[in-house]
Amino acid sequence: MPRLRPHSVIPGFGLTLGYTLSYLSLIVLIPLTALALKGAVQPWAQFREAVFDPRTLAAWRLTFGTAFIASVINAFFGLIVAWTLVRYDFPGRRILDALIDVPFALPTAVSGIALTAIYSQNGWMGRWLQPLGIKAAFSPLGIVIALTFIGLPFIVRTVQPAVEDLDPAIEEAAALLGASRATTLARVIFPALQPALIAGFVTAFARSLGEYGSVIFISGNMPMKTEIASLLIVTKLEEFDYSGAAAIALLMLVSSFLLLLLVNVGQWWSTRHLRRVA
Amino acid sequence: MSFHPHTEPKWMRTAFIGASIVFVGVLILLPVISVFTEAFRKGVSFYLASISDPLAMSALRLTLITAGVTLAANLVFGLAASWVIAKFSFPGRNVLLSLIDLPFAVSPVISGLVFVLLFGAQGWFGDSLSRHGLQIIFATPGVILATIFVTFPFIARELIPLMQEQGAEEEEAAVLLGASGWQIFRRVTLPNIRWALVYGVVLANARAMGEFGAVSVVSGHIRGRTNTLPLHVEILYNEYNFSAAFAVASLLALLALVTLLAKAALEWRIRAEERPAVMEE
Repeated sequence: MPRLRPHSVIPGFGLTLGYTLSYLSLIVLIPLTALALKGAVQPWAQFREAVFDPRTLAAWRLTFGTAFIASVINAFFGLIVAWTLVRYDFPGRRILDALIDVPFALPTAVSGIALTAIYSQNGWMGRWLQPLGIKAAFSPLGIVIALTFIGLPFIVRTVQPAVEDLDPAIEEAAALLGASRATTLARVIFPALQPALIAGFVTAFARSLGEYGSVIFISGNMPMKTEIASLLIVTKLEEFDYSGAAAIALLMLVSSFLLLLLVNVGQWWSTRHLRRVA
Repeated sequence: MSFHPHTEPKWMRTAFIGASIVFVGVLILLPVISVFTEAFRKGVSFYLASISDPLAMSALRLTLITAGVTLAANLVFGLAASWVIAKFSFPGRNVLLSLIDLPFAVSPVISGLVFVLLFGAQGWFGDSLSRHGLQIIFATPGVILATIFVTFPFIARELIPLMQEQGAEEEEAAVLLGASGWQIFRRVTLPNIRWALVYGVVLANARAMGEFGAVSVVSGHIRGRTNTLPLHVEILYNEYNFSAAFAVASLLALLALVTLLAKAALEWRIRAEERPAVMEE
């Protein structure tokens, strides 16, 4: 048997490793295993029924669709915000920077009811959108708004360090070679920021798939129309359909694990790739 | 800024700054302001009555108990995990690191669901629990378990990179000078990591007090018994008692703002402590 105990004079290896592994197993590993077993060990017909019946399919389409649109909006504006925060000095820059973290810190139920109040027909935004024929609250658009709210910090905080790390020399080289500023932005700077932007996009997207608190107030929760996958899990649980809930949850969990794995592999690949180029 | 000589033309800068301010202002600032204006819509006395309502107070009590137990449990874990990962090298260390981050990838509702599958009426241990008259789901222990799960990595994640960076040399020196394990931890390690520790606790606390999805699944929404503040907000809101819902929500929004301020202060503090070390090099 290989020696597990490392050569070290520092005490406490056995105690801390044992405690860490026990606590990790009790709180995280055993519960997640229960979910995997409950979700996967059931007749295929029953699993298919839970995961692909028309109502669940509509929820998948809505969840993935709104998460995708929100993440695209955030990728566009998040890139601009990150660039602005790093490169320009203007009054209120620090406040703008601090506001980006609000969706991380604000409890999702609070964001949920606040967004609903703003975008319902008498709200600060809703009363302007209503005459234009745009129904924001209690529609898929409302879900997109909520997911944009919670997703923005993921993009900004991923892209910001990448903007800070840009080597000024490449911009200077582009300018000396006669490129206009617009060309430099599009052909030199944007490609350099792309890996961070994609990583932020996928992280925000993965997070949006499972979002619950900020969405369920503004969405209206109409079956087939504005019902997200997380809410279906709750509905199944309330009907004591544990297997159905676990089946949907398992599929969701696997998708977000795969997405986050993609981010990690992508980052690993791009750092290696960049190092080789350098 | 001045050190970027090749900057965008003025119109483009103005457009970028304008777009950023409008986007963040509408998307993020507006909801924060609306929480407070909605909370005071029916006046100060209604506000005070809403937040001092007995059901709101019992929700506050459960929220504080939950956050207290959660932070204590995850603090002990964070210290044990960072000690073993940062001070020793052993096979499987990176796997352990990834496993600690796992709860970050699990969505809120699923974080509650896993405990229902274990301890719910039809869960793995449901029968034996009810035979012994124990209840975890739809009771305080379930709320605490779900909260521990969602905040699991917070403290460990702040400590591990810092302790890895600091290495084990100071602790090794202490061992050679005859210090016991506890003395080393108290006198050598703890002073080195105290601000990162507070930072992790502040972030974990905000999430513990504000968690909604996971807690919503396990709590059963029993008023006065298993309702936390965020769940109380939901109940009031669904009863169309909007002003009271926003009044309670404003407490949570205040907590979020205090958290962000504390976070900024701690980041400043941690940077200030790192600076002399950089200058010595």
